[in-house]
Amino acid sequence: MTGKEYRTITDVKGPLVFLNKTEPVAFGEIVSLRLSNGTIKNGQVLDTSDDLVIVQVFEGTAKIDRDSGVTFMGDVFKLPVSTDLVGRILDGAGRPRDGGPDIVAEENADIIGAAINPYSRRSPHDFIQTGISAIDCCTSLVRGQKLPIFSASGLPHNDIALQIARQAKLTASDEEFIVVFCAMGITAEEYNFFRADLERTGALENAVLFVNLADDPAVERIITPRLALTAAEYLAFEKDYHVLVIYTDMTNYCDALRQIGAAREEVPGRRGYPGYMYTDLAMLYERAGLVKGKKGSITQFPILTMPGDDITHPIPDLSGYITEGQIVISRELHQAGIYPPINVLPSLSRLMGSCIGEKTTREDHKSVSDQMYAAYAQGRELRGLVAIVGEDALNERDKQLLEFSGVFEDKFLRQSRYEDRSIGETLDLCWTLMSSIDTKYLVRLDQKWIDKYHPDNRE
Amino acid sequence: MKNEGLIYRISGPVVTAINMKAAMYDVVRVGTEGLMGEVIELHGDKAVIQVYEDTSGIRPGEIVVNTGETLSVSLGPGLLTQIYDGIQRPLPTLEKEMGVFLTRGVDADAFDLEKVWTFEPQVSVGDTVTGGQVVGHVQETDTIVHKIMVVPGNGGVVKSIESGDFNVTQTICTFEDGSEMQMMQEWPVRTPRPYNQKYPPVIPLVTGMRILDFLFPLAKGGAAGIPGPFGSGKTVTQQSLAKYSDAQLVVYIGCGERGNEMTEVLDEFPHLIDPNTGKPLMERTVMIANTSNMPVAAREASVYTGITIAEYYRDMGYDVALMADSTSRWAEAMREISSRLEEMPGEEGYPAYLSTRIAEFYERAGRVETLNGEDGSITVIGAVSPPGGDISEPVSQGTLRIVKVFWGLDAGLARQRHFPAINWLNSYSLYPQSLDQWFRDNVAQDFPEIRIELSGLLQVESELQEIVQLVGSDALPVDQQLTLEVARMIREYFLQQNGFHEVDAYCDIHLQYKMAKAILAFQESAKSAMAAGAQLGDVVNVPSRSDLMRGRLNKGYVDTIDEMVKTMLEQIAATVEDN
Repeated sequence: MTGKEYRTITDVKGPLVFLNKTEPVAFGEIVSLRLSNGTIKNGQVLDTSDDLVIVQVFEGTAKIDRDSGVTFMGDVFKLPVSTDLVGRILDGAGRPRDGGPDIVAEENADIIGAAINPYSRRSPHDFIQTGISAIDCCTSLVRGQKLPIFSASGLPHNDIALQIARQAKLTASDEEFIVVFCAMGITAEEYNFFRADLERTGALENAVLFVNLADDPAVERIITPRLALTAAEYLAFEKDYHVLVIYTDMTNYCDALRQIGAAREEVPGRRGYPGYMYTDLAMLYERAGLVKGKKGSITQFPILTMPGDDITHPIPDLSGYITEGQIVISRELHQAGIYPPINVLPSLSRLMGSCIGEKTTREDHKSVSDQMYAAYAQGRELRGLVAIVGEDALNERDKQLLEFSGVFEDKFLRQSRYEDRSIGETLDLCWTLMSSIDTKYLVRLDQKWIDKYHPDNRE
Repeated sequence: MKNEGLIYRISGPVVTAINMKAAMYDVVRVGTEGLMGEVIELHGDKAVIQVYEDTSGIRPGEIVVNTGETLSVSLGPGLLTQIYDGIQRPLPTLEKEMGVFLTRGVDADAFDLEKVWTFEPQVSVGDTVTGGQVVGHVQETDTIVHKIMVVPGNGGVVKSIESGDFNVTQTICTFEDGSEMQMMQEWPVRTPRPYNQKYPPVIPLVTGMRILDFLFPLAKGGAAGIPGPFGSGKTVTQQSLAKYSDAQLVVYIGCGERGNEMTEVLDEFPHLIDPNTGKPLMERTVMIANTSNMPVAAREASVYTGITIAEYYRDMGYDVALMADSTSRWAEAMREISSRLEEMPGEEGYPAYLSTRIAEFYERAGRVETLNGEDGSITVIGAVSPPGGDISEPVSQGTLRIVKVFWGLDAGLARQRHFPAINWLNSYSLYPQSLDQWFRDNVAQDFPEIRIELSGLLQVESELQEIVQLVGSDALPVDQQLTLEVARMIREYFLQQNGFHEVDAYCDIHLQYKMAKAILAFQESAKSAMAAGAQLGDVVNVPSRSDLMRGRLNKGYVDTIDEMVKTMLEQIAATVEDN
């Protein structure tokens, strides 16, 4: 079949091309389209039958007419992978974007990626120190986890992602991370910002970038994260690297998915997104983890911007049901001038329990984290009450908690973009800040930790 | 037409075949790789098939073979301790066959067909046996005797019966009419296994979780729904139930959920001990793990695979608990397939038959008289993951219409780190009336009354809280302030329970009763002390009360609690004299 060119296009609609009667074409097969002006476009088979084939075109369907030639390549989409990928910048369809040579393939990997057998996974338990107090103390990150950043437009999620990429390290060993960065529909400005930062810190030499910008074809975004994850899987499970995958912005990815669904006249789910979006997202997010018999790991940091700051929007909602927690960025804190504006209250790391404690971080970590969280939550709640009844109506305990909530934001959350706090420093800071509250109100702290770590007892 | 046809069309997990003799729900082998699929629609000479594996690279014109069978599970000794995917392929075997990534086209036996079991006959030559009747026993694990039953619908006069060591495919019994039976049997997953009659549910499933057993009890043979937004603790609750409930067998279905979470269960369960028998939990457990990125059609099948296995053990006379986490993912699998079939959608794109399917599934729960004349039950506990936590959506509503117990998880409680985050104001159980007699006979005569008092106090608290929000708690009269304090004690001491704590995770039902009584004793003595002139602050702050509350984290609390309550009451009485 390969090489035979068909001129049987009947319809072109949005990103889709419909063809009549061809030889049997495989589901998922890649397709090359030759336009009358000689331009070559690429696509993939979405639906195939004896009479009709539907192809999604990655570069958009502009200038495609019924005389365009269609060639089926006889294979599903594959990415050439080798360790040469490291240090390279590729476009959203996996072609070099940095002017360098083509990747010499050690193997060609199917980009859909097979599911990991749940029985063959290893439980993640290596604590990753990000150097950001709010994350390390309250939503500890584990190697092999998928922890998205739920943000919104106008918030500094990119700075946070970069700071994590710069500072992430294991406390237990000096193994380094390789960053696989996947841009979907972000602006050139944002991309340059990422690239400049990675270049400046030398991280670019240890990174692979897949870049689909806002003015690149939208449909291509469907495959960009799959390419990135295929590269990540190769590096992690064939070459023993620890890979940190950052992808931004998942919202653009989901919108591209919706665009294809609409063109296929599929029955839409909530807000017009396709009903299979959960499964589709799961096929990306679930490509994180560790497996038996392999040294490497994949840790994922998807970034998504919540339309209208709405956490119940289908994109954050479905993501939250798949990922192992979330880090929520708060507009309120950002406007109060606090960086990083992480709202720890709705943030969560589901795997935190498996990575903290005496062996990995410190024995008092759990206790301290619970107490910091509880005191801050109560303090925040009291702010609402004070607005109604005034501060004078508060009892002594409540006054201390209210004050603590301010200190928490100012001293604990706030840190500079280049401040890299060790977990020990973070926990010591917690104790210093909590000492402003009378010990008898710190009910979640074990007495033995108070005896050992409370500043009053350490002098 | 023949049993072989050709592929006409492929669209994701849905494949259409032509020129093939097919009936609804026939299992077919698709393509040159022989991928497993199931016929779900017939159009003239076209058969629409949902395929249980990835279809990339399959072409029109490839062969499709109809096996003529319906989707079935293999039942027999060896099921327990297994970990299956949605179509009963053991995951450890798949790992051996294909490595850590699940590729396709691999078949695997549900359990070891060669393994030899010791069969002890329970019938003699000349006996007449009918479907469902037990012909012999096999000790499957230390705790579970596997009863070998005649396939429902079969039977006859026993001509010969074996005794001794056999594998599951060897004949152990023959009948006068020439038919024979083996220890292994097949059963179609979409057909409920028959029983004699359903009984009313009158025995509770004791879970060791205070809020569930005490306020919202579930009956053996009942069905419960746990809806909740992400992060509210559905999975932790389901896992606690799988670990500690007093069912004799557990079928745990991880349906479309997280891989790492499933791994945690797989890592943890083999090391956990069943508090009711002292044996490893795995020995009473069958697990089904079809994570969110595994093929969607197999996810649809996974709940049927699970409940059929549960029914098989129920038919032996066991109390089985089945956890499905999460039924929303199952419903979404139905939606995805339905949309590929271009069916006219009902609400939110779900197929119009969604609520029927949900009802049919939960209806397979129940306490029954088995065909063998014994009592057996299946209790179904389904997690629901409503988008945005809003339970007005179709899956939650379809579930609530059929289940009698609703454990509503609450994001607000989860944020306050109140676990289990089950909202005591909107959760309900319709079983107390039928279960009260059991609680009276087996725990304490006044058990139902204590329950009503506790839930009444929580109700009053929520009303008082509204006032407190406006004027602060100091503005309330002292008796109401005491009520708030008592309610706080109910919440922090009784309702909150740490599912990961070695002692607190499981609370014996008799201890639950003592703890509830302790709270009411505190209220009683505080009231009378205050009537005699004691100050609220002094009464509330007696040190022995916090000792009592903290004591629940210590081993042997059931023996020390009475003494601690006594000390507390003495100290409260003493606050009168201090004034």
